[in-house]
Amino acid sequence: MTPLAALVQFKPRKGDVAANLAAMRDVFAQCAAWDERPALVVFPEAALTGYFLEGAVYELAFDAATMARNVDEQWRASGASGPGDVVAGFFENYSGAFHNSAMYLRCGEPGGPRIVHVHRKMFLPTYGVFDEERFLTRGRRLAAFETQFGKAAILICEDAWHAIMPTVAALKGARLLIVPSASPGRGLGAAGELESTTRWKAILSSAASEHGVYVLYAGLTGFEGGKGMSGGTCAFSPRGDLLESAGPLDACIIKIPLDLAEVDLARATLPLLGDLSAVLPDLWLDDEIFPQAAALRTEERS
Amino acid sequence: MLPVIEARVDEPSLQIDPGLAARWLEAFLRDEMVERRGIGRAILGLSGGIDSALVAYLCARALGPANVYAIRMPYRSSSPDSLSDAQRVIDALGIQSETIEITDAVDGYLRHAADADPRRKGNVMARMRMLVLFDQSARRNALPVGTGNKTERLMGYFTWHADDTPPVNPIGDLFKTQVWALARHLGVPKEVVDKAPSADLEAGQTDEGDLGITYATADRILNLILLGYHDDAIAARGLDPRDVTLVRRRVDSTHWKRHLPTTALVSGTAINEFYLRPVDF
Repeated sequence: MTPLAALVQFKPRKGDVAANLAAMRDVFAQCAAWDERPALVVFPEAALTGYFLEGAVYELAFDAATMARNVDEQWRASGASGPGDVVAGFFENYSGAFHNSAMYLRCGEPGGPRIVHVHRKMFLPTYGVFDEERFLTRGRRLAAFETQFGKAAILICEDAWHAIMPTVAALKGARLLIVPSASPGRGLGAAGELESTTRWKAILSSAASEHGVYVLYAGLTGFEGGKGMSGGTCAFSPRGDLLESAGPLDACIIKIPLDLAEVDLARATLPLLGDLSAVLPDLWLDDEIFPQAAALRTEERS
Repeated sequence: MLPVIEARVDEPSLQIDPGLAARWLEAFLRDEMVERRGIGRAILGLSGGIDSALVAYLCARALGPANVYAIRMPYRSSSPDSLSDAQRVIDALGIQSETIEITDAVDGYLRHAADADPRRKGNVMARMRMLVLFDQSARRNALPVGTGNKTERLMGYFTWHADDTPPVNPIGDLFKTQVWALARHLGVPKEVVDKAPSADLEAGQTDEGDLGITYATADRILNLILLGYHDDAIAARGLDPRDVTLVRRRVDSTHWKRHLPTTALVSGTAINEFYLRPVDF
């Protein structure tokens, strides 16, 4: 049977972790009642607190083990039978370094929750309405990690705006890109859709089709001090086709069947990732792109 | 000869999708008022002009007409048309309303300020209206909703700590020309949409007369300024350099009006400088 992903367009209550965990439990309970239970449930960035916290991030961040325990408790309390995978964004206290993180977690296992991976956001927007790097530390690593679907990677919001990030993830073997996001909506000029959402969809579609990967995007919704989170939860096939999308304003769940054989078919018909693998060394070693590497080589020779 | 296709260089657009804008701003009102503050009633000063009319429409759609209080606050020199235009909005929406004259209160003070010029009198009226609005807000457990648009905020064309005091404002990021577009879409009465905007502080006064520029031109220039264009680049788009200078000066001389009061910083815990918490925390 084709596994199902549930993408949750989530509307958190600002700063109220307990209320947001309870809302997460309600989502798990709703999914557990479906005839076909989702194998993966994806929540957006900063789902447990809301996005704009400023200095309050230090009050509301917790470590990965606490995050895993909290989410697993909701899973078990929801009536979900058996284990399942969950991705959710949270602010992480990592030994005194504070990160905008998202966890891939296996819930409901007999031995307790299993942290599969924690991605720490690498591109922290600090311009205009954004102020992340004032309060947070950059992540330093983009990983592709093993899941029940094969290798996956997490890109948090602006991570996905840099074309090299999906590229690196795909080169590392990812067949599934998971993008938890909190994107303040901008631009009312486009017909029927926020301009920022239109741009998101173009970026995600391009990443999916260039590398032959599924892209799952889960967006926050609701207003935070006048800034409306743009929702726009959506998924793209490995051929870059939009599979489904939500509007900007309401919390909802999108069901996406994940037929991983589509990844192979997409890559067979448009082998851009394979082409890139072949050409990459020529690009990678270009001194104009990486002058530091050239300098290092010069040092080594001398 | 090959056909030549010339690229069109568009000016950054001020057009909005009014249907999307309405849905977005109504959601803003519900989230910021009902969900965040637990207040499902709105109160606003209804002047008879387009800004407050539009806000009344948005509030009525977001909260229901029975939960919107429109307060008309005429001064003795106010135009009768203002009252009747406000009434058209009240009747069209079926919102609640009350008329509270500010003449006695304003004149009571002005008896002690015989040298007040029209500008000072206008500021006294604006501040009196806000005093009334906040007191009526407490009386009715309704949240004051702001009606200032982006153009007047950028031009500094408002009374500080008067028009800008309500805690939520759905149209403060809409230029005046966008206010017109949205108002037309929502069916604001034609008489309100089509009349010349006026602060109605003196007979015959119009905004565009006060500002020395039309809103249509000011909005084009403001949009380009906000996008980072220098004056010569703005003028190169066919705009009068004198208009560009006028708008630039108004923006640059009124930054202070768009901020809270300047507070002397003496510690490492100064509020909103070191101690940083979002407004909805």
